Amino acid sequence: MKLSLGALQYFWPRDKTLAFYESAAGLDVDIIYLGETVCSKRRELRLPDWIALARDLQSAGHEVLLSTLTLIEAASELSTCKRIVENGDFAIEAGDVSAVELCRERGLPFATGPGVNIYNHRALAILQQAGLFRMTVPVELGREHIRNLCSAEDNAQSARPEIELLAYGRVPLAHSARCFTARAVGRGKDQCGFECIHYPYGQPIATREDQPFLNMNGIQTQSAAVTDLSPWVGELCEEPVDILRIYPQEEPVEEVVARFRSALAGEDVVAAAESVSGYWQGRAGAH
Amino acid sequence: MKLVCPAGSLPALTEAVNNGADAVYIGFRDATNARAFPGLNFSDRDIDKGLAHARSRGCQVYVALNTYPTSDRLDQWYSAVDRAADLGVDTLIIAEMAVLDYAARKHPQIRRHLSVQGSATTAAALKFYHEQFGISRAVLPRVLAIQQVEALAEKSPIELEVFAFGSLCIMVEGRCQLSSYVTGKSPNLAGVCSPAEYVAWDETPEGKTARLNGVLIDRFADNEPAGYPVVCKGRYQVGDETFHALEEPTSLNTLELLPRLREIGISAVKIEGRQRSPAYVGTVTRIWREAIDRVERDPDAFTTEAEWQRELTRLSEGSQVTLGPYQRAWQ
Repeated sequence: MKLSLGALQYFWPRDKTLAFYESAAGLDVDIIYLGETVCSKRRELRLPDWIALARDLQSAGHEVLLSTLTLIEAASELSTCKRIVENGDFAIEAGDVSAVELCRERGLPFATGPGVNIYNHRALAILQQAGLFRMTVPVELGREHIRNLCSAEDNAQSARPEIELLAYGRVPLAHSARCFTARAVGRGKDQCGFECIHYPYGQPIATREDQPFLNMNGIQTQSAAVTDLSPWVGELCEEPVDILRIYPQEEPVEEVVARFRSALAGEDVVAAAESVSGYWQGRAGAH
Repeated sequence: MKLVCPAGSLPALTEAVNNGADAVYIGFRDATNARAFPGLNFSDRDIDKGLAHARSRGCQVYVALNTYPTSDRLDQWYSAVDRAADLGVDTLIIAEMAVLDYAARKHPQIRRHLSVQGSATTAAALKFYHEQFGISRAVLPRVLAIQQVEALAEKSPIELEVFAFGSLCIMVEGRCQLSSYVTGKSPNLAGVCSPAEYVAWDETPEGKTARLNGVLIDRFADNEPAGYPVVCKGRYQVGDETFHALEEPTSLNTLELLPRLREIGISAVKIEGRQRSPAYVGTVTRIWREAIDRVERDPDAFTTEAEWQRELTRLSEGSQVTLGPYQRAWQ
């Protein structure tokens, strides 16, 4: 079982991002995904900056992929996506079908992020034909679904691609044309003033009974609760899952990785406080 | 420009056809379509009757198979494709790659449209679906500004259909897990959003509460209209404020954009609402028919009627309408 560090979902100042990835070089993860996946207006780091970081992290022994936007709306965003795809060195984690197509038509291998809908083995086989070598499971699919997807796939002719699962972090639930963070302070997306840079882990949305519910992150809506599958790592190793994905959250990422490593070594671990595992268990994600 | 109207039942189909729809879209009575609500949708007998009536008026029938089958359920979706083909429908509206692939190989003569749930927002994504599965049209997600729709229409290898009127999904369709997160039932897997069996209404001293699987989506004062508790239209606390943090109960109405949509080459406009009544479908279809006829006759002189807008607003969620994402300010 490999561990991966998913692309940073939040908008941080340049120095903070650079410092985070500088220390991530020493992190005990196999794969690191880099790039802006949420909003094209977030440009503290440009593509050359991400590629420089990718080189450093690769030198430090990590497999590095460049991730693309989950929701592409403007022609300029598609051009950026094209430049990322054509970087020449690093494989792509496609955030949507646009990036899938850009890789396919260039004959480049690609992984898919949670924003590409692969719900069955036939879709997986079609995308494998197009160049897919790894998929991240759509967030709402749990253990039974993954088993189904892979047991059917095993009967097919080609080798099964790698299966990656969100094992730690807030769940990306939805993306919109609207920036909710800007709207919360009475601004439109075009006048956002980069409001989201003030919320390093997003802005909590609670019910009117003070129950933590969702998390605003610009155009993205996340779960308020962090998913933490570390106590189920033993089970996960029995399933057709090859990579466990960890997203950066408030809890120091070194500690999260250490917990997953302990679990992989067979030790009993305790999930983060208030965390959930509903999707993996086949329930509503919030439970 | 074609007018594509919803039909959740035979009476709704009849209303749509009689009021001038160019096409109606329907679904089977199961999870193969994204409006899998109890009491909605078509048996084979209803479809036969509906098809005959639509044909007699020159109206096409589309079947929506726009949910996402997992591997163990693929056969059910394949059977639904075969069933639609046997019934002789004109077009299949499909979201998922395996289903598109099956339809393209098994019944290549039936037109395939990419459902809005397919989530294609760029020329590259449209090219993928076109080249892999031979789709002839795509329904665009409600995330593009009108300028972006225009830019996409210039590059698109296929026909484009856009949402014109009805309840407004504010998240990119096909990739929204809000309902799934709260209830375990999603549009993709179960063909439902915030399903009724998870909704609970209660009168409390603080007002009427609307819960979804126990989560308080909103609470209403006596004089407030109480909207159906979909997650994206609830009232929540953000910082010190309590408000509709994502969106208010409102409907999309693009009537005033009609000349522009026609000019940029949009092939079809779609009315949302298979879950709505036959009367709703009839009225909305009639107004859009009149508007499209008017814009086709003389696009430069097109104006909307105050009466049309009044009627459409009356039929809207929370009696409010918006241009939604088509207008940058909404975003």
